[in-house]
Parts: sequence; C-alpha cells; structure tokens
Amino acid sequence: MTHTESHITDYRVYGWVLLALLVLTTITITVTWIDLSALTVLVALIIASVKSFIVLRYFMHLKFESRLFTVFFVMVLGIYLLVIVLTFFDYLLR
Amino acid sequence: MAETITHSYLENTGRYKGILAWLTSTDHKRIGLMYMYAMMVFFIVGVLLGELMRLELFRPGQQFYSAQTYNGIFTIHGIIMIFTVVIPGLAAVFGNFCMPLLIGARDVAFPRLNLFSWYLYILGAAIALSSQFLGNGPPDTGWTFYAPYSIQTHTNVVAAVFGAFVLGFSSILTGLNFIVTIHRLRAAGMTFFRMPLFPWSLYATAWIQVLATPIVGITLLMVIAERWLRIGFFDPSLGGDPILYQHLFWIYSHPAVYIMILPAMGVITEIIPTFAQRRVFGYKAIALSSLAIALVGYFVWAHHMYTSGMSITARWVFSLLTFLVAVPSAIKVFNWVTTMYKGSISVKPPFLFALGFIFLFMIGGLTGLSLGSLATDIHVHDTSYVVAHFHYIIFGGVGFAFFAALHYWYPKMYGRMYNFRRANIAFGFLFVGFNLLYFPQFVIGIMGMPRRYFDYLPQFTLGHQLSTIGGFILLIGIIIMLVNLFSKKGVKAPDNPWGGKTLEWTIPSPPPVENFDELPVITGEPYYFE
Repeated sequence: MTHTESHITDYRVYGWVLLALLVLTTITITVTWIDLSALTVLVALIIASVKSFIVLRYFMHLKFESRLFTVFFVMVLGIYLLVIVLTFFDYLLR
Repeated sequence: MAETITHSYLENTGRYKGILAWLTSTDHKRIGLMYMYAMMVFFIVGVLLGELMRLELFRPGQQFYSAQTYNGIFTIHGIIMIFTVVIPGLAAVFGNFCMPLLIGARDVAFPRLNLFSWYLYILGAAIALSSQFLGNGPPDTGWTFYAPYSIQTHTNVVAAVFGAFVLGFSSILTGLNFIVTIHRLRAAGMTFFRMPLFPWSLYATAWIQVLATPIVGITLLMVIAERWLRIGFFDPSLGGDPILYQHLFWIYSHPAVYIMILPAMGVITEIIPTFAQRRVFGYKAIALSSLAIALVGYFVWAHHMYTSGMSITARWVFSLLTFLVAVPSAIKVFNWVTTMYKGSISVKPPFLFALGFIFLFMIGGLTGLSLGSLATDIHVHDTSYVVAHFHYIIFGGVGFAFFAALHYWYPKMYGRMYNFRRANIAFGFLFVGFNLLYFPQFVIGIMGMPRRYFDYLPQFTLGHQLSTIGGFILLIGIIIMLVNLFSKKGVKAPDNPWGGKTLEWTIPSPPPVENFDELPVITGEPYYFE
C-alpha cells in the first residue's frame, strides 16, 4: 500500500496552532496558583492532552494520515489513561 | 528487475571483509547473530557472577568477600541479566533472524535503524558496565534502583541508570521496526491469521517495547535529576514520594517481563507443532492470547508493591487484575499440550528444551499465584521464594526457550547440524542443575530466608548448599551445550531438518542474503501437517 498524496498546510494554520499552544501553556501555569486539591492533576492532564492532540493532529499530520494511525493513537491513549486511573487508586485512596 | 542474490548471508562479498563486514551489515540475519554473540558474552559474565554469589552463600557467615561486595555483585548480576540479556533476548536474536523469514520478507522495514539499535545496545551495555569501574564503586541498589536508597547511596548509580536508559532506546527502536515490518512486509496472501505464531508474539512484544519503555526511561532520568539537581521526586527528605518511584518503575518493568516471555512462548509454539507433526491446536486463541497478555500485562504492575504502603483499594484491584493475566497464559499452555496429543512426536533436542520450558514455566507460573494473592504475598514478600519464582519464569522460561530456539534454528543459521547426544546430555545437566539450584529457594523462602542477604541463620544452610551444588551442575550443562554448538562444525544441515512447515524451512540453510529467490505467495494456514 502506498501513500502518495501530499498535504500542504497553510502557514496560518500553524500560526493558530502555535497561538493555541502558548495560550494553553499560560493556562497551565496560571492554574498552579489556584488550589484545586484532588483535581490538580486532572486539570493539568486535560490541558496537556488538548495540547498533545493539537500537536499530533497538525504538526505530526495525524489529520491527513491513514485511519490505522488514529486507531493506534486512540488505543495507546486508552492504555495510558487506564495506567493513570489505576495509579490514582493508590494516590486518592491511600 | 534487480538480479537476486543467491549466496549465503555468511559469505562476505561486499566492500568490507572480516569483522567490519559484520559491523556494517544491515542484514537482519547478521544483526540477529551479532545480538546473540554479544548477549552470550553478557550471559556468561552474569552466570559467573551468579556462581560467585552461590559460593559465598554456601555457608553462613563471610566466606570470600565482604557484604558490600556481595551487594555490588547481585546488583550487576541483575543489571546484566535483565537489561542486556533477557529484555533484548529472543526478540533481538531470533526475532531479527527469523521474523522476516517467517513472514516472507527480504529484511525488516528499516534495516539501518536495526543496525543502529544494535549499536545503541552495545553502547548502553558499555555505559552500564562502566559503573563497575568508574566513580565511587559498583552500584549496590539491586537492579531495581529503588528510591530513596538509589538517590542517597554514594556508589555509581548514575552510570548504571544511564546505561539502562540507552538500552531502552535500542528496545524501542527494535519494537518500532518489528511493528512496521509485520504490518507492511508480510508476504502476499499472508493475512494476520495466516501468520505464524512467533511473529504474532513478536508483534505483541513490540507494542510493549514501544509503549512501556519510555516510562522507565523518564523515570531513570528523574533519578539522575534528583541525584544531581536535588529535585524532590522520590526522596522524602527532598519532598518526594518513594512509592511513586515504585509505580513508575513497575509500570515498565512488569510489562518488561512480558517483553521477555512472550517471544519465548512464540518460539515454543513454533517448535511443538513441528516435533509433534501436528497442526497447532487453537491457533487463533494462541495468537490473540499474546495480545491479551500484552494488554492485561500493562495493568498488573503494583502486585510488586503490596507491602510498600500503597492504598488497600489499589492492592485488591491489582491482585484481581493479576489473576486475570493468568488466563491467557494458561490458554497457551493448554494449547501446547493439546497440540502434542495424538501427535507423531519425535524427541529431538529442541523439543526436549521446549518440554523443559513448559515444566519450568508451569512451576514459575503457579508459584506466581501465591505472590499475586494479597495474604500469601505478605508472608513471602522479599524472601528467596520470590527469587526462585522469578528465576523459574525468566531462566526456566526465557532461558530454556532461548536454548530451544537455538537448537531449533541452529541448522538454519549456520547450515550445520550439531551432535544430538551431547545436546541431550547438556539438557539433562541444565534441567537437573536448574531445579536443584532454584527449588530449595522456594522452601527456605517459605521458612523466612530474606532475599539479597549476605548472611543467614543456620536453619537455611542445607537449602543454600543444595542450591550452590545445583548452580555448578547447571554451569556444567551450559559449558557442554556451548561446546557442542560452537566448538567444531557439524555435518551439513539439510534445508528442512525437522520437517517444519513455516517459510524459513523452504529456503536453503544457511539462507541467501535476501532470503527468498522469489517472494512467496501464501494461500493457507502456517502449520498444515498431513
């Protein structure tokens, strides 16, 4: 199977992605000043996940690739999510 | 169309001669052998270190060297055996050599990356071993580098940890290469469910390598950062949490057990149908159980931590999950045994080693149940019972499967046979020596002998002495086996000495450089015996 199509992404899209990442990084830093207690890690993980999603989709071209890669990605995400949930069976209930 | 190369991969016809021709080769078969030679050197060093420990433990009290030296020896024994022998193990050697042959490909998807992985492996091993000779002396933490001791000890932990970090990259790249190879380079007509079961096990293994290894990589870097920059990740005196280290370490290191054992199970699944001359029983169940082991194996790591002080809820959740992983393992064992039932069995050395694997793996697996169970684990945690269980799985499992694979594919690798009688004698010594070495450790473990102790109470003397005698019988077996295989050339091997049905037996022994004159087209199942 060959994949011959090429995709040229507009620079403006990359500009928006950069802006989104900077905004999200600012939010990550800002929320550290707020005491969210048990939710701290959850909020940090959600922001990091959104950032990763944008990077993977645009910078790493997942948007234009075969569906198989998306399936792999979702599977891996599911595994890591479960690993984190299981770890918190210890941290939240210790 | 380019002309097909027909000469054997062992002949040098390229720009370089001698060792350079090997060190610059991107041929998957040569890289497989290069891994094997390096691994054998590490294995022999690891075995000798093990024998040194056994000698010291022959009697209570100090015999030959100090307790600190003993701590250094068991640490480097573990680092060598785990990170440079059994983790790359069967995947690096037989995965590289055989997987492209078994799926009908000319090489792996990224041959240069494959060679690069080997160099990373050698570099990582060299860095890890340098820890013995540089800085403030050999690390004394055990191969697990548990915090906070690994943060506080003055010994050379950083080199060992960084070596393991580099070795991890080698593992990730090999895994990536195998996933892409299996997806992209299978022969025409070879659907996933027509693929032999060794590549299936390598596929499951490769996913663990890619997904789990980065976690230990970053954890080991955190240890270095904590030692050098005093950032409090794990050391309570710096504000860290030592149990976090255990979580992060075992999130990788438990799946790593499956990195070791899954290819071993794959090899056994190749050997048994060939020597029983029978279709493998439950093909799909074995294939899918590899994936199930890889997947469930991710979620059982904290069964190493029942006594660490983690939450009660986490303990029973992980105990439950641990019992689940026994199911796909048992599926494989039942299918192997059923494949042999009413088979036309020929007891040749590879088959003997495969039977040895099943026997030892069963003991290792069943003793694992008492460790996975909360109440009994507390009794035997950190005793020599764990040492025995672990060695039954890793040496009895991975080690015996490695020997089985070596005896099975040796004729294909070198185009020569070996002496069967000597191979059988070697098996006898290995099997008896192994059981005498490790079985008494179950008994003294239940009696309360702690692991990693330099000295012990008099009631454990008999167990230790039997164990030491077993260790030396095992060593004799290893020597006989290696001399038999590598001391002199045997008679020329036929292309298919065992009557196997998979693709590697359809090409000459040793295989030509690009494996197949014409790429095969697959029309049926891989184990079709009349």
